[in-house]
Amino acid sequence: MSKGVLVDATKCIGCRACQVACKQWNELPAEETSNTGTYENPPLMSAYTFTKINFTEVEYNGKFHWVFNKLQCMHCEHPACVEACIVGALEKRPDGPVTYDDRKCIGCRYCQTACPFGIPNFEWDKAVPWIRKCTFCADRQGGSLKPACVTTCPTGALEFGDHDELIAEAKRRILTAPNNKYYNHIYGEKEVGGTSWLYLSPVPFDMLGFPTVGTKAVTVNAERAMSLVPWVLVGVAAVMTGTYWLTKRRQRIRELENSEKEKTGVTK
Amino acid sequence: MIEQKRRFPWGISILTTLVILGLIPMIIRYINGLGYISNLSDGRPWGFWISFDLYCGVALAAGGFTLAGWIYLFNREKYHEVARPAVLTAFLGYTLVILALLVDLGQPWYIWHAIIYWNIHSPLFEVAICVMTYTAVLALEFSPAVFEALSKSNLPIFRWFNWHIPLRLIRTLQIPLVIAGVVLSTLHQSSLGSMLLMMPETLNTLWYSPVLPICFLISAIAVGPAMVIFESTLSTKVFGHKLPIDVLSGLGRAIPYILGIYLALKLGDLIVRGDIGLVFTEYPQNMLWWGEIIIGVILPIILLSMPSIRENRGRIFWSASLVVLGLIFNRFNVSMLALAMRTGYTYFPHWMEIAISVGLVADAMLVIWLSYRLLPMVHEEEHKVEEAAGVSA
Repeated sequence: MSKGVLVDATKCIGCRACQVACKQWNELPAEETSNTGTYENPPLMSAYTFTKINFTEVEYNGKFHWVFNKLQCMHCEHPACVEACIVGALEKRPDGPVTYDDRKCIGCRYCQTACPFGIPNFEWDKAVPWIRKCTFCADRQGGSLKPACVTTCPTGALEFGDHDELIAEAKRRILTAPNNKYYNHIYGEKEVGGTSWLYLSPVPFDMLGFPTVGTKAVTVNAERAMSLVPWVLVGVAAVMTGTYWLTKRRQRIRELENSEKEKTGVTK
Repeated sequence: MIEQKRRFPWGISILTTLVILGLIPMIIRYINGLGYISNLSDGRPWGFWISFDLYCGVALAAGGFTLAGWIYLFNREKYHEVARPAVLTAFLGYTLVILALLVDLGQPWYIWHAIIYWNIHSPLFEVAICVMTYTAVLALEFSPAVFEALSKSNLPIFRWFNWHIPLRLIRTLQIPLVIAGVVLSTLHQSSLGSMLLMMPETLNTLWYSPVLPICFLISAIAVGPAMVIFESTLSTKVFGHKLPIDVLSGLGRAIPYILGIYLALKLGDLIVRGDIGLVFTEYPQNMLWWGEIIIGVILPIILLSMPSIRENRGRIFWSASLVVLGLIFNRFNVSMLALAMRTGYTYFPHWMEIAISVGLVADAMLVIWLSYRLLPMVHEEEHKVEEAAGVSA
């Protein structure tokens, strides 16, 4: 059964313990940043920061909201990065995580360019750089542990479980909650063909800076183009061979005709 | 005596300087990492190198397969003279792409992983395999020039081997090689477009379309003859060998047809998708769209349809340059300017990024210069003369 996490932004208190837990478990170094006038830190995710809490102040339905939402890899059902990776270093596991194998990676960064959520990051400051991103703690999951961020979350804003059950739970929360507690949408249920991580929010998701993406998997068109490759290969080869054969044949006929004309010319 | 004294080789000196200037950032890059010499970031992981060296480089090398196919498969003997220069520039173009990738890749020493770890679903994998194979095909297609030069060489080292053996072998393989070249080029020129199909959310709607691979292929075919006109005019200036105007104008006459199909496809696609209105409303990206369409498609179609322009060396050169410029514009649009960046980032190429690319182009130009000095670039005529001489003797 595919696993997932439900992020309930209404329960998040912005303590950022998940960020710390993530760094601890993945042994990531701290980053030196400067004050940007918000509690949000570091300002951007990087190869050394797989997750962070975004702080957003918005007015919605005549009410002020200070929303904290956790960012990390969405672990798509049809991940563009996996499809894109030239050497298959990225892999979507049947139980949910999209994992990365640095023994295969050549550092082409197509995964970074392809990802609709802008998640895979690169170690720009290293001479021997790798791609880094949230692993959904696939290693912990292998040992029947929850992801580090979920384990550490003090308010239950992060809930780990079966993907389908989490969707049902999210729907239940939207239905049973008092009016306007949740914006009526589960981000990640249908986005880009569905993602393992699901979100509930009190305000529309584009207000929080979530990319407005379609429900179709982003890989659809590329998959179709790639499936045509064998046909194009055979087709073009056949047409070109045929063309060569035809032009040569025409040339031979022309030469023959010419020589016959010459002969008849001579006899006359 | 003074008149016999050679002029100072300005061109070669400048090119050599550029090569050295390009080498220095490369050394820094291998010691300190990509972040040190480039403005690339997680927000713009593919920058100038991918847009210029990969996307423009591969497309501008299309002259190799369009001309080889046109001459050998469609049997257009008239253009035989441009075959070798076209194949050489294509070969150098692809070598340049590979060299640029050795700088751009994070782990260039693992580039061979693409051969052993296959992800057949990745358009980039297809590009990699095709570029690799096609570079070998181009090398073989060009090799007769090298063998001919070696067989005529007076140096004792080269005398011990009968260079006519490989020469004959390659000659028998010529047609299969040309067919392989056309097939591989069709596949990877279009796959460069397929690579962008993965980005429906980030590539602007004006460009993003399921027919992007076909657009890429057709525009590459159109730029093939344009590039040959462009280069041969320049090499005439430098090396003096003048192509018959009839060859140039013949190449020029094909371009409006191909560009016409390209324009029809682009507009038809926008109309079918219902996004044609965006060319007026999607400011500022529509300016980029109009730029590439006017410079690279509409103007060349009009200009090259006029015999008075096709029959004039200067005018056909400038018209062909527009096609080349328009294609570069288009490839920069799809791979950089119209491709949305992650929020919170900006990008403008670092001077060292540009220096590396310029250095690589200078490399290629030096090799072209050497080839014209050392190799029989316009072989056919010499051969015919020789054969004729042999027969009469």
